[in-house]
Formats: sequence, structure tokens, C-alpha cells
Amino acid sequence: MADVNRGNRPLSPHLSVYRPQLTSMSSIMVRITGIALLILAPLVAAWLLAAASSEGAYNAMNGFLSSWFGNLILIGGTWAMFYHMFGRLRHVLWDFGYCLNVEVSEKLAIGMFGGATVLTALLWIAV
Amino acid sequence: MATDSTQTYVTDRKRATGLGSGRAGTQHHWQMMVSSMLLGIVIPAFLITFALGLGGTYDDAVAFYGKPIPAIILALSWVVIVRHMMNEALEAIEDYVHGVAGKLTQVATTAFSYTLMAVGVFAVARMAI
Repeated sequence: MADVNRGNRPLSPHLSVYRPQLTSMSSIMVRITGIALLILAPLVAAWLLAAASSEGAYNAMNGFLSSWFGNLILIGGTWAMFYHMFGRLRHVLWDFGYCLNVEVSEKLAIGMFGGATVLTALLWIAV
Repeated sequence: MATDSTQTYVTDRKRATGLGSGRAGTQHHWQMMVSSMLLGIVIPAFLITFALGLGGTYDDAVAFYGKPIPAIILALSWVVIVRHMMNEALEAIEDYVHGVAGKLTQVATTAFSYTLMAVGVFAVARMAI
């Protein structure tokens, strides 16, 4: 049974044996965007804290986020949030037992990339 | 059942418990499913609210978060999103960082995330009240 080898077995995920595919890459991107967003989150917290503190602190933080570099980070963060949202909703569909075949999963992956890009563009044009 | 005499009284299920990278059951997975569903609502809500408050003068920002709806939406979505990303990171650490280093990285990530939640909620509350 399963208890024959109880030693130092490799634990999933075995990324090194994977050939890059749309399904695996789009799933790995969900994890990468999730961790990237946690790393970017202090920028949002700093802006809120600056606004709650003083006009000087606010102007410095708001000036940074409004600069071209700040905007670049925020556009990337917006895309990552929408992508992560779609990716996680795909995981919910899978976990409830829907859309598990490769063709549909790949269509959803293209939808995640496209949907995140369209929503990011809409948000930045509209607001 | 195993034939090894030392394991006669241990069931197959008992032997399997704790062997996954998470060392635990399905609670974390179900929590991720719940917050994943919530993301479908809170991410658009957060992005629209934060974008509306961003870029104006100091007085604009304080006035914006002085209103109850933006303050409540931002604080609530902030906590749900940071908590989700924390669980996302903890899951990745479980997979790739093992032993003491893994445990300490998880503690640091958890402390970092709850600090972010506290700072965000405090800042919004201070402007709102």
C-alpha cells in the first residue's frame, strides 16, 4: 500500500517535469499575480495612511503613484487583480466539477488574459 | 490493511493523514474557494473605489473617504483581498519552502498581511470618522 515508501518523497507540484502549456501557464500566472499583489499591497496601505496623516505625506505618496512609474505599477497591479480574479473563478468552476476538459480550460485561459486586459483598459479610461 | 505487525491497528486513512504538503485537511482549500468567489465582487469594488479616490488633492481624498459608502467598501474589500493573497502566499510557501524555514516564512507572511489589514482599516477609519 501507500505506506511502503514513507521517506523523503517529492511533494507536488512537480514543475520541472511540465512542458509549458496554456493550462499550466495560466494557472501558474494566478499564483504569481497573487504573490505580486501581496508585495504591491504596501503601496495602497501607504497611500491610505498618508491621506489619513497629513497633507505633506499625502502629496508625496499621491505624487509618486501619479508619476509615470507609479502609474505603470498601478496598471500592472490592476491587470494582476483582474487576472487573479478570473483565474480564481476558474478554479471555483473546476472545484465544483465544471469545465474540466482541456479545450474549455484553454478557452477560459484565453478569456482570463483577454478579460483582464479589457477590464484594465476600461477602468483606466473610465476613471 | 497493512500486513506489517507494527501497523496492524492503524487504518489506511490514519496513515494518509498529514502526508500532503499542507499537512492538514480540506479546510484551507474550502476557505480559498469561498474567498475566490468573494473576489469576483470585492476586486471590481475595490478597484473602482480606490481609483475614484486616487489622484485628487488632499482635501478631495479626505472628503471621499469621509463618506460612509466609499469608506465601508474600501475597508471591507481591502481586508478580504489581503487575506486572500495571504492564503495564496501561504499555500505557495507550503509547496516550496519546507521545514523550519517554511514555518518561519509562513509566520512572517501572516504577520505582514495582518499588519497591512490593520494599517488600511485604521487609515480609512481615521478619515471616515
